[in-house]
Amino acid sequence: MKAAITLHEKRCKGCGICAAFCPRRVYDIKPGEKVTVARPEDCIACRMCEFRCPDLALEVTKL
Amino acid sequence: MYTYNDYIKEEKLPHIWCAGCGNGIVLNALLHALADMQIPPEEVVIVTGSGCLARLVTYPNTSTIKMLHGRVLAGATGIKLANPNLKVFCLMGDGDGATIGGNHLIHCARRNIDVTAIICNNFNYGMTGGQYSATTPYGAITTTSRYGLVEENFNMAELVKACGAPYVARCSATDVLNLRKYIIEATQKKGFGFIEVLSACVTHYGKNNKMGDAPNMMRQIDSMCVPAARAKNMTEEELAGKYITGKLVDRNDLIDFGTSYQRLREEVTAK
Repeated sequence: MKAAITLHEKRCKGCGICAAFCPRRVYDIKPGEKVTVARPEDCIACRMCEFRCPDLALEVTKL
Repeated sequence: MYTYNDYIKEEKLPHIWCAGCGNGIVLNALLHALADMQIPPEEVVIVTGSGCLARLVTYPNTSTIKMLHGRVLAGATGIKLANPNLKVFCLMGDGDGATIGGNHLIHCARRNIDVTAIICNNFNYGMTGGQYSATTPYGAITTTSRYGLVEENFNMAELVKACGAPYVARCSATDVLNLRKYIIEATQKKGFGFIEVLSACVTHYGKNNKMGDAPNMMRQIDSMCVPAARAKNMTEEELAGKYITGKLVDRNDLIDFGTSYQRLREEVTAK
């Protein structure tokens, strides 16, 4: 594990930006639902999802 | 040492914006930029007007003020001149900053007031239901142009550049690292710093123009962006409908209004 991902589920609105732009496909999302951190072990801690999240719902800490 | 969490009122989240709205990305970038610059929250003033982005005042843990529609830069001018130690950030949408407040924008740039202006351009008036603004592209479908818009749009970055602003940059909302860099550079610049962020209004503009969901819309906006270095070798036909992104102006030869006014005051009172 290269990173610890914290998802504030209450804040997520399920827009899918994190899932679409993640270079390692860490997130899964179904239409109309919130995002799930499906493959946290693949995360490379680039933190782009954290900075791109419009809902301020993600925090990525490098381990 | 301030961290990102010192600048946000976490208890106010989730925010009111739609899923996939670029406003959240701008807020995110602004708070990260403040943490990077280590400006004490009590020295930051965030000024907004009306519209979707104006609701941003609720979330930062800094001083915030909401102005009349379009009067963001007028209020910010007063705040900055009354207390030059404050860092003033003006956050506007395209309707607020370029359409209703367009006159304030050009004169604030011309007078070179030392504030940082960020315009989040989502190509329409989002909060009132998706009417066209001065930045809606030609031919776009909006609530008030059902068969396509027959007006040309403002090129805001070029407009502000022509007014003599010392710092002008433009990027898309997904270009988050550059956005944060531009906010920091614009803040550190002594003078008017202007950043245009090309953002997505998924609910109105995206739906009206069949641009798909938030990621699809963001990708389409990204495809409209051409970096300034590449645009130099492109013809006018190739650049039609494109937005030139990057740092467009970075001048150090201009003196800002506050400094020259202070200088004049010292000269006059010394006599």
